[in-house]
Amino acid sequence: MARPLTAVDAPETAVAEAASPAAMPAPPAAPRVRAGLMARFGDRAYRGFTATFALGILLLLGSMFLMLWRESGPALDAFGWGFLTSAGWNPVTEEFGALVAVSGTLVSTVIALLVAVPISLGIALFLAEISPRRLRTPLGVAIELLAAIPSIVYGMWGLFVLAPLMSDHVQPALQTVFGFLPLFSGPPMGIGMLTAGLVLALMIVPFIASVTRDVFLMVPTTLKESAYGLGCTTWEVVRDVMIPYGRKGIFGAVFLGLGRALGETMAVTFVIGNAHRLSSSLFAPGNSIASTLANEFTEADGDVYLAALIELGLILFAITFVIIGLAQLWMRRMAGPGKA
Amino acid sequence: MTRTLASLAAALLLCAGTAQAGSTITGAGATFPYPIYAKWAHAYNAQTGVKLNYQSIGSGGGVKQIKAGTVDFGASDAPLSAAELKEAGLVQFPMVMGGVVPVVNLGGVGPGRLKLDAATLAGIFQGTITRWNDPAIAALNPGLPLAGAITVVHRADGSGTTWIFTNYLTKVSQRWAGAVGTGKSVSWPVGVGGKGNEGVAAFVTKLSGAIGYVEYAYALQNKMTTVQLKNRGGNFVAPTASAFQAAAAGADWAHAGGFSVVLTDQPGAQAWPITGASFILMHAKQRRPEQGVQVLKFLDWAYRNGGAPAMALDYVPMPAAVADLVRATWTAAIKTQDGAPLWPAR
Repeated sequence: MARPLTAVDAPETAVAEAASPAAMPAPPAAPRVRAGLMARFGDRAYRGFTATFALGILLLLGSMFLMLWRESGPALDAFGWGFLTSAGWNPVTEEFGALVAVSGTLVSTVIALLVAVPISLGIALFLAEISPRRLRTPLGVAIELLAAIPSIVYGMWGLFVLAPLMSDHVQPALQTVFGFLPLFSGPPMGIGMLTAGLVLALMIVPFIASVTRDVFLMVPTTLKESAYGLGCTTWEVVRDVMIPYGRKGIFGAVFLGLGRALGETMAVTFVIGNAHRLSSSLFAPGNSIASTLANEFTEADGDVYLAALIELGLILFAITFVIIGLAQLWMRRMAGPGKA
Repeated sequence: MTRTLASLAAALLLCAGTAQAGSTITGAGATFPYPIYAKWAHAYNAQTGVKLNYQSIGSGGGVKQIKAGTVDFGASDAPLSAAELKEAGLVQFPMVMGGVVPVVNLGGVGPGRLKLDAATLAGIFQGTITRWNDPAIAALNPGLPLAGAITVVHRADGSGTTWIFTNYLTKVSQRWAGAVGTGKSVSWPVGVGGKGNEGVAAFVTKLSGAIGYVEYAYALQNKMTTVQLKNRGGNFVAPTASAFQAAAAGADWAHAGGFSVVLTDQPGAQAWPITGASFILMHAKQRRPEQGVQVLKFLDWAYRNGGAPAMALDYVPMPAAVADLVRATWTAAIKTQDGAPLWPAR
C-alpha cells in the first residue's frame, strides 16, 4: 500500500507556489522563504482544521449516544433489562418491550443479505469479468441509478407491485413446497417479514454490486492472466484468484449493505405489516425498530411511551455499532496473513 | 456589487414591511383536520391578509407545542379532560367533526350492504370472530354471500382516528375495554397495520376479506365499501354527513367541562355511532393578546363561513348553536394577563 512520496508532496508545493503570488504580491525580497513559512503555517492550519472535523464526528457520535441514553431514562427505569426480552407493546397500559422490533430488524436484514449477497456477487462478476465491453458502462450506470432511487419509492413498489405478486404467486408456491415448515405457514397476505426482506434485498443489491465490481476490477491483470495461462477456467479464476484477492473489499461491501438494511425505514414500513407480534412465520406481519419509530413517534404522548421509542433508537444504535465493530475486527484479522 | 447589495437590502426591508402588514398566526397539531384548516386559511388570507401557519404534526405534538407555548393554538383529535385542561391552563373547544367508518373488501358485497353491530365489530377486531360466515355476522346479514377468512387492518401510526374507533369499541364492548382499551395506538390483538388512512385503504383494497377503518372523507373519495352499523337507538345507519350531524346534535355540549364530549355511541335514531370532533386548544391567559385575538377572529370566521368548504371536503361543520356556546366560552375563559376578555374582539 506504500504510495510514492513524491506524489503526495508534489501538490503541496504546487499549492504553496500558486498561493504565494496572490497572497504576497508586494515585497519581491525572499519570496521563497515567506512562501515556505506560509506553507508551513497553512499546513498546520489545514491539519488543525481537518482534525477538528474528524474529532467532530466522534463528538457527534458520543453526544448522540448520551442524548439517546438520557432521553430513554424513564423507559430504562421502568423496564430495565426486561425491555430487551419482553414482546409486549401496549401504549394504553404503557408496557413496552423491544423483542418484536429487534427481532424484526434482524430477521428482515438476514433475509435481505441471504438474497442480496449472491445476486450482487453475480452481477459484479458479470460486469467485471464476463460481460462484453460495450455492455459494461450502461449496466454499471443502471446499477448505480438503482442506488439513487429514494427508499419511499421502493416501499410503494413493494406495496403495489411486489406484495400482490407475493400473495398471488410466490407465497402459495412456497407453501405447496415447504408448507410443512412453520416459516411458511399462515395466510399468504403478501405483506410481512418475507416481503420486507425482499424489498430490502433489492435496495442493497446496487450498493453491494457496484462496490464489489470495483473490487474485482482492481484485481491485477497479471494475476488473472497467469491463472488463465495455467489453464484455469473462468470459474476457477473467479473462485481461486478474484474472490480471495478481493475478500476484504467484498466483506466491506456486504457490511455497507448490512448497515443500510438495518436502519432502512420507509420501504420497510410499507410492507412489513406493522404488527407488534412475534411469529414463527415469515408470512406474518411484524415490525422493525425503524418502522416502529416512523409510525409511532409523532403521536407518542406519555413520557414512558416516548422514552421507550427512544430506547428502541438506542438499541438500533448499539446493534449497528456492535456489528460494524465486529466487522472491522474481523476484516483486520483477515487482512493479516492472507492479504495479497 | 454594491448595487446588488443595496437592492437586496431593499428587498429584505420590503419583505419585513409586508410581513408586518399581514400578521401570521401559528398552530400545530392533528393531521385529520389539516386539509380543512388549510382551505379555511387560504380563503381567510385572501379576505383579510392574515396568514395561518399550521403544522400538522399530530395531536400529541400539538398538545405538547401549545403547552410549551411555541404556537398560538394547538389542535387535537382526542379531547383533553377538564382536569388536564385546568392543570395546563388551557381552554378547549370543538372546531369540526368527522366520522370514522369501517370499510371492507368482500367480493360480491356492495357499499353499505354489510350490516354489523357493536358486538360483531368488537369481536372481529379482537380476533374472536375470524371468518366472514361466522353465525354472528350471518344472523345480521341474511342472504349475503359471506365466506372466507377475515383480515383485520388497523392504523400502524398513532392517530386520532384510532382513538375515536377504539373509544367506541371500549364503550360498547366490556371485553374490548378489558383487553385493549382506548388510545391513539393500542396493542392490537390481530391484524396488519397500515401507515395513515392511505396505508389502511391500500391494505383493505389489496387483501380480499379485509376489514379496516378510515376517515369518512377517505372512504368517500376512494369509493371504498362502507358498512352499516347498528347505533345505540337500535337502527342500522349508513355513514353520511347527516348521520354525523345527528350524533353531534344529541350531544350535551353545554354541560361537558372543556367541551370534552366524545361523539361515539351517541343517542339519536339516525346518529352514526363512530363520530368524533377535532378540538382547538388555547391558553386561558394570553401572553400575546393581539395574537390571541387574531386566532379567535379566524376561528369565528371559520364557524360563520367555513361550513360550505368543510362539506366540500366531507367534514361536518359544527352546528351554529355549538358555535355560540364556544363564543360564550371564549368571553368567559380566554383573558389577557390583566383579566380582560379577548372576545368579543374590537
